Amino acid sequence: MMHPDDRPLLEVSGLRKSFDLSKPFINRLIERSERQFVKAVDGVDFTIQRGQTLSLVGESGCGKSTVAKLIMGLSRPSGGSIRFEGTELADQPAGKPAQLRRRMQMIFQDPYASLNPRWRVARIIAEPMKSFATHPDPGKRRKEVDRLLEFVGLSAADGDKFPHEFSGGQRQRISIARAISTKPEFLVCDEPTSALDVSVQAQILNLMRELQRELGLTYLFISHDLAVVNYISDWIGVMYLGRLVELAPAAEIFAKPQHPYTRLLLDTVPDISMVNRDMDRPAGEVPNPITPPPGCHFHPRCVHADARCKAQMPDFIASATGHARCHAVQEGRLSPIAERAALRGAV
Amino acid sequence: MATSTLARVWHSDLAWSFRTSKTALISSVLLAIMFAAAIFAPQLATQNPFNIAELELWNSELPPFWVEGGSRQFLLGTDVQARDVYSSILYGLRLSLIVGFASVILAAVIGISLGLLGGFLGGIVDAAIMRFADVLLSFPAILVALLVNGIARGILPPSQHQDAAIYVLILAIGLTNWVQYARTVRGSTMVERQKEYVQAARINGISGPGIMFNHIMPNVMGPVLVIATINLGMAVLTEATLSFLGVGMPATQPSLGTLIRIGNEYLFSGIWWVVIFPSAVLVALVLSVNLLGDWLRDALNPKLR
Amino acid sequence: MTLLKVENLTVEFPSRRGTLTAIEDVCLTVAPGEILGMVGESGAGKSMTGAAIIGLIEPPGRIARGQILLNGSRIDNLGREDMRRVRGRQIGAIFQDPLTSLNPVLTVGEQLIETIQTHLKLSRSAARERAIDWLRRVGIPAPEKRVDTYPHQYSGGMRQRVVIALALCAEPRLIIADEPTTALDVSVQAQIIALLRKLCKETGASVILVTHDMGVIAETADRVAVMYAGRVIEVGAVADVLRAPRHPYTAGLMASIPRIGEKPDILPQIDGAMPRLNARPEGCAFNPRCPKRMEVCARLRPDLVADAQGEVACHLFSKELAT
Repeated sequence: MMHPDDRPLLEVSGLRKSFDLSKPFINRLIERSERQFVKAVDGVDFTIQRGQTLSLVGESGCGKSTVAKLIMGLSRPSGGSIRFEGTELADQPAGKPAQLRRRMQMIFQDPYASLNPRWRVARIIAEPMKSFATHPDPGKRRKEVDRLLEFVGLSAADGDKFPHEFSGGQRQRISIARAISTKPEFLVCDEPTSALDVSVQAQILNLMRELQRELGLTYLFISHDLAVVNYISDWIGVMYLGRLVELAPAAEIFAKPQHPYTRLLLDTVPDISMVNRDMDRPAGEVPNPITPPPGCHFHPRCVHADARCKAQMPDFIASATGHARCHAVQEGRLSPIAERAALRGAV
Repeated sequence: MATSTLARVWHSDLAWSFRTSKTALISSVLLAIMFAAAIFAPQLATQNPFNIAELELWNSELPPFWVEGGSRQFLLGTDVQARDVYSSILYGLRLSLIVGFASVILAAVIGISLGLLGGFLGGIVDAAIMRFADVLLSFPAILVALLVNGIARGILPPSQHQDAAIYVLILAIGLTNWVQYARTVRGSTMVERQKEYVQAARINGISGPGIMFNHIMPNVMGPVLVIATINLGMAVLTEATLSFLGVGMPATQPSLGTLIRIGNEYLFSGIWWVVIFPSAVLVALVLSVNLLGDWLRDALNPKLR
Repeated sequence: MTLLKVENLTVEFPSRRGTLTAIEDVCLTVAPGEILGMVGESGAGKSMTGAAIIGLIEPPGRIARGQILLNGSRIDNLGREDMRRVRGRQIGAIFQDPLTSLNPVLTVGEQLIETIQTHLKLSRSAARERAIDWLRRVGIPAPEKRVDTYPHQYSGGMRQRVVIALALCAEPRLIIADEPTTALDVSVQAQIIALLRKLCKETGASVILVTHDMGVIAETADRVAVMYAGRVIEVGAVADVLRAPRHPYTAGLMASIPRIGEKPDILPQIDGAMPRLNARPEGCAFNPRCPKRMEVCARLRPDLVADAQGEVACHLFSKELAT
């Protein structure tokens, strides 16, 4: 029997989600077209230890946000399992079971859409406490709202205002106050800073780090911004077309990237320390997820692809730094590239 | 608190747009006058046209007071039954507005509920509601109203026809007009349903009805207000049409439409005042309601602001 | 020699709560063949400056003061027709969303040919040849076939390439690119940046690259202008501004960007947010957030002053010059 603290807080295994994109039955009958499914998430495995941050990165359509929704119960998985402290959640809708879901909360991307524009801020922040009955007494609830507002850097008087009276960064603070109101242990953060300006992004990232230290929170962080992910994470998973292609500790994944896709991302991300570097390399685009390439989904864009890559899907197996899904890495065909930290130090 | 709320309303974009729009100001002043006239009809009227005992037959067919043969006792003249046209209009306006408002509320309640339900649940429920709405929409509204009216009359014993007429009218008009609300609300609901504040509510275990009524409904009411305003004019017109066709308010309790029908019968015998004045009031009412609705639609449209 | 000279450009929006000043006293120069980056947070006025230069300010906004000189002649006071001729022929535009910049019911070729024929005296077949040539130059594979396809048949990155071809095909001297890569994925973004840079070298056109992404500026621009609350507060060579920013806002902004390979315990942050249009403070607009604020900053607005390293609008530097 494991000690409860040794066990990961969240275990995700074989998680799958496909969306039905078929035309209506009549159209299919007339046009003789097949049913169409898109595999948004196709067998994702990871675990998150208590108090740590795992980030999922990838380009649009890679399925990272779908993973977040599946974990929170906003979308029902087509297969696989999601266990929170050992309890299976894959077959549970959002908000259920209450005593468990109270401990999982979410912060959203769009600070303008994530707060009900017709509600006052105090009501917005109090809603989870009321629903999960953590503070059944309205007076105490309001006191807690005031405390939370000050905790995230706003003032208690802001509770009487409407969301439109705040800037994007302040709204994200309100969102965070709502998320931590039920004293959760686990927070899913879906691109929480990508709609914000750079200077405000730093404020929010610092606030999230501070929360993690003070409240011992565990984060699943979703982002497309490698630098942000690098700052906030302990572990990083890189996703491509519904699959994890690499999963490794944050310190290592950018220093010693294994998968060619991770390398591609690192080479192409605009970087302020790389003034006018030559970026003209043919890298292609993410293919249509409805008809992904056979074998390794990345092979059409990969300079290392061979016949096996085109035919056979690589497994997600241990690599030098963590896990990678690549034949070339497994066969040792990839040249170990120079540590990027050294490369960058030259600039 | 009350003053600050008032101040906020006064300084809001909507209030400002209202203050600077001549159309909105004029039409709302006109409407206010007509509402006041309808509410205070018993005080403003010189006689109760519903009370047969007050009618003196020798006063019938008198022209308006400024025409030769007219009397100051009957400002706008009298009809063939010696009813004072001015007083009849006040009472008729009252009935028309009651039917208009009640049917708009009925239509809005049905439409908002079904629209929310369809937009939020989607799937079969949505398909069923919207197909039914489509079918209803493919008939002219007046035909559906006639149908409802006919069925109600068939069910009710003849002795109750007169008393029930107003309720039958409200039901008939209400049941024909909900489709527009349902469609609009459904569309907005499907947009709102996807928004992150709704997802946040779901994460926090808020039930379906809770999300629908507390979260989504306040956010889809803007366009409903516009439709309701414009629909009020439509409802008043439909009522007038039904009454004109003789299936609405009975001659003993005349609405504006009934008055126009009665007047229409005598138009060619030269008694023009019986039909012209109620018609003018009806036109003014519907026109100002529609102008106000148009202004509201533009004022609430963020693209035009 | 300068291609574009913007002097004291001020754009105002009359509103019912008084006149809002979107940008104020903006001064810029662009040399031929140069890529000038314009950065700033949302609401800083960078897009508005770009729109003013191509004469696309949405009413009721208007240029209240200042002038815009292209090759020495004023373009800010041209009539609608004259401005339309300048746009396209002399100034091209690339916007954020490639889908809305292209007409969905015309083939890519028709749109290119139309633009080419509007501005250059070419026969239809010559214009078609030129259109295919442009598609090839922006990296569209099999341009002879793709010229007759519609925008929706292209992927996002390919569409943005077409938009670039459309902006360049009338051979303008200046291109205004407003967030050209923001809607694109990281790996595609790099390709578009590289393409833009390559084509400007080839054609000698200048670019004003408007973006909020410092990384894009670093990789693309020669010089950079930083905007804050409607004003240009610092101008200089990219390497200088990025590595040794002088204005406290630029310094704070640069420090607050997380970098790969660095993991500080706390990111340096600028507290507060950029003031709204209707609530800009007296004196230097940055003074309430400034860590190096002095007594004079709340009183007097610093002007953009040029010295050996570039231009900066901050009392820290104007004082040094005085003493």
